[in-house]
Amino acid sequence: MLLQISEPGLSPAPHQRKLAIGIDLGTTNSLVASVRSGTAETLPDASGEHILPSVVHYGTQCTLTGTDARRLAAEDPLNTIISVKRFMGRGVEDIRALGDVLPYRFTRTDGGMPFIETVQGEKSPVQVSAEILRALRGRAEETLGGDLLGAVITVPAYFDDAQRQATKDAARLAGLEVLRLLNEPTAAAVAYGLDQGGEGTIAVYDLGGGTFDISILRLRRGVFEVLATGGNTALGGDDFDQMVAGWILEQAGLDIKALDPEQYRKLLDAACAAKEALTDSDTVSINFDGWSGEITKTIFDSLVDPLIDRTIKSVKKSLRDAKLKAADINEVVMVGGSTRVPRVRERVADLIGKQPLTDIDPDRVVAIGAALQADILAGNKPADEMLLLDVIPLSLGLETMGGLMEKVIHRNTTIPVARAQEFTTFKDGQTAMAIHVLQGERELVDVNRSLARFVLRGIPPMPAGMARIRVTFQVDADGLLSVSAREESSGVAASIEIKPSYGLEESEITEMLQASYTFAKEDKEARNLLERRVEAERIIEAVQNALAIDGDILLSPEERAELAEQARHLAETTKSHDADLIAKTTEEVAKASEVFAARRMNAGIRAALSGQAVDAFEALGADKTEK
Amino acid sequence: MSDIPAGIDLTASYFELFGMEAGYDINRDAIQDRYLDLQRIVHPDRFAGLGERGQRLAVQYAAFVNEAYQTLCSPLKRALYLLEHSGHPVDIEKNTVMDTGFLMQQLELREELGEVRESCDPESAIEAVLEHAEELMTSLQLGFVTCWKSGTADDLEKAADFARKMHFAEKLISEAEELEEQLFDS
Repeated sequence: MLLQISEPGLSPAPHQRKLAIGIDLGTTNSLVASVRSGTAETLPDASGEHILPSVVHYGTQCTLTGTDARRLAAEDPLNTIISVKRFMGRGVEDIRALGDVLPYRFTRTDGGMPFIETVQGEKSPVQVSAEILRALRGRAEETLGGDLLGAVITVPAYFDDAQRQATKDAARLAGLEVLRLLNEPTAAAVAYGLDQGGEGTIAVYDLGGGTFDISILRLRRGVFEVLATGGNTALGGDDFDQMVAGWILEQAGLDIKALDPEQYRKLLDAACAAKEALTDSDTVSINFDGWSGEITKTIFDSLVDPLIDRTIKSVKKSLRDAKLKAADINEVVMVGGSTRVPRVRERVADLIGKQPLTDIDPDRVVAIGAALQADILAGNKPADEMLLLDVIPLSLGLETMGGLMEKVIHRNTTIPVARAQEFTTFKDGQTAMAIHVLQGERELVDVNRSLARFVLRGIPPMPAGMARIRVTFQVDADGLLSVSAREESSGVAASIEIKPSYGLEESEITEMLQASYTFAKEDKEARNLLERRVEAERIIEAVQNALAIDGDILLSPEERAELAEQARHLAETTKSHDADLIAKTTEEVAKASEVFAARRMNAGIRAALSGQAVDAFEALGADKTEK
Repeated sequence: MSDIPAGIDLTASYFELFGMEAGYDINRDAIQDRYLDLQRIVHPDRFAGLGERGQRLAVQYAAFVNEAYQTLCSPLKRALYLLEHSGHPVDIEKNTVMDTGFLMQQLELREELGEVRESCDPESAIEAVLEHAEELMTSLQLGFVTCWKSGTADDLEKAADFARKMHFAEKLISEAEELEEQLFDS
């Protein structure tokens, strides 16, 4: 050994658990969970409530979240934001197309992203979601008693790139480090799969407040492999309420246009209450605005059947995508509050021919799965215990001549994935090219989601058809896309401009972060320093672990000594109060360790190639495991 | 096809990567097992502690492993890769003259597909088209593998032809599947 690298006090004690949480950021309700003393459990607030209603109220004095905010929904509907998840990553037109009578006043921005007018000014859906995340983060920090390493945040599997990016932005605004965006059905499968330790094919039917997801997974040797996923980002329990509300209006002979926002909210509350009561009874009485009547389970079932039909269609489609028959499914997992509706369970059982699993509370199962994954990503568990292989839910492509979409990556392709496509110029001397990135399944550009528009500049002038422009799509494990383009024949570096179609600009996020008056200036600085330190400690630990495992094999003594010295220097630097210096030194270590990391991966692959035990190279970047 | 990102000195072929001899016949179970082993090594979740740079690297590796896996599992992609790997790349976009028998077969299948919507039982009709197309695909694969194994220059040329025909058959299958989807969704 050239150097004693694990000097005491420099790295965290090996058995100190790192605090990581799983967050289910739902349309109607949100939860936070964490692994404590070996089991994943949802964390309650001070009054013992686990569920935080996904509601934010902007008042003249303060901002409220959860139950306190929901209480004000009927009284102050314009400033009480409910089901904001439905607006994430969406444009004003999309929101209109949701068809709801929304009480909010939307203002359009240049980017097409809607802002909601409140007494506290204009709020973007990302900011509203960040309020919910902040509340959950605060709860977790109080309960767990410490600073969080990071969070796994769940999203519907069917979320497109814009919706995922918006969710990640919301986490950043809330001061949360995102360890991973995890698909909700995958999280649920993890919660059940690890619980039951089985192997086989699992269908996860997830009907939440505003979204429906179906995923088909195969569990083998601790690996969850998503085979197909599908769903509808605008279908959920809220629509059940709308159906019942419509029925009430019809019975009462009322016109929806005659209702003010407050009455409308009351109507939806009455409808939702009736829906919930029908889980255990056959008849429920309803009172609304002087009208009273009864709704039977039979009427309710007939109202919601067309909605359930749409979910059944999605299930069949996903089965076809996975090249499976209903009989191939070993287990069906039910997720989301709306799967409490008996008619839903009935229809799913009919289709698959099996009683669905409901042992784990369908409201909590997603958060629990997310917490299990967070625990592994934080390095608290041997990482080889479980691996999740997810897919991209919607095809990605480019606009070609004639307004058609050319698919570059097809839906249900396992991520991470990288694919390239070559294009050429169609005019002599053309020096720029517009590139339009799309997501969706249809042939026509207009009906798919526009993700971004690029302009590739600096193409050297050439005759038409001579330039070779290679556009590379890369989707990471979070399902987030990055696109790069390059002119191949000249090797001239070309610049790219990205303009998110429905997202926040980077500058807007920075501005919001700065404007967030949750922290005083000193607080903000302290927070920043703390975050830089956590980051630095994380990389020190990773480097030290890696050096201990195979630094001697893969690095020359000089290289090894230098990297160890750099890690030691960073450890020294973290003691300072200069956040910028810590960040700079961290980046230097990250850069220096890149070659090592690449060698380790290559060595791992070579070992696998030569048939050596893979175990020797397990847990490359994560903690060294002890069995 | 595959795009090996810069910075990876991975020189193994897909076949080596999956511990198998370069050839058309595959053992699907063995490939799946090896796939899980490889993903356990390179998946970004195994590098959660290494920050953005480590993540980027792992994403590139994992994408490479995924591409290799999908190529080996797909009859058409595997055929094209095998030809390319052995120094006989096929330009699939290039129009070549197909033999009349195959063209007639294609024409008939396309006609059958075109008539699905007007059929009194479209769902059975589309299933029939898919079945016929899959049969065609299987026979093309058999043709390919025979020529490939013979290995003479003449037969390799024929193997390339079979690959081109598979490309046609696969296009037909995906169009049929799209139509099936539309029928089911309407």
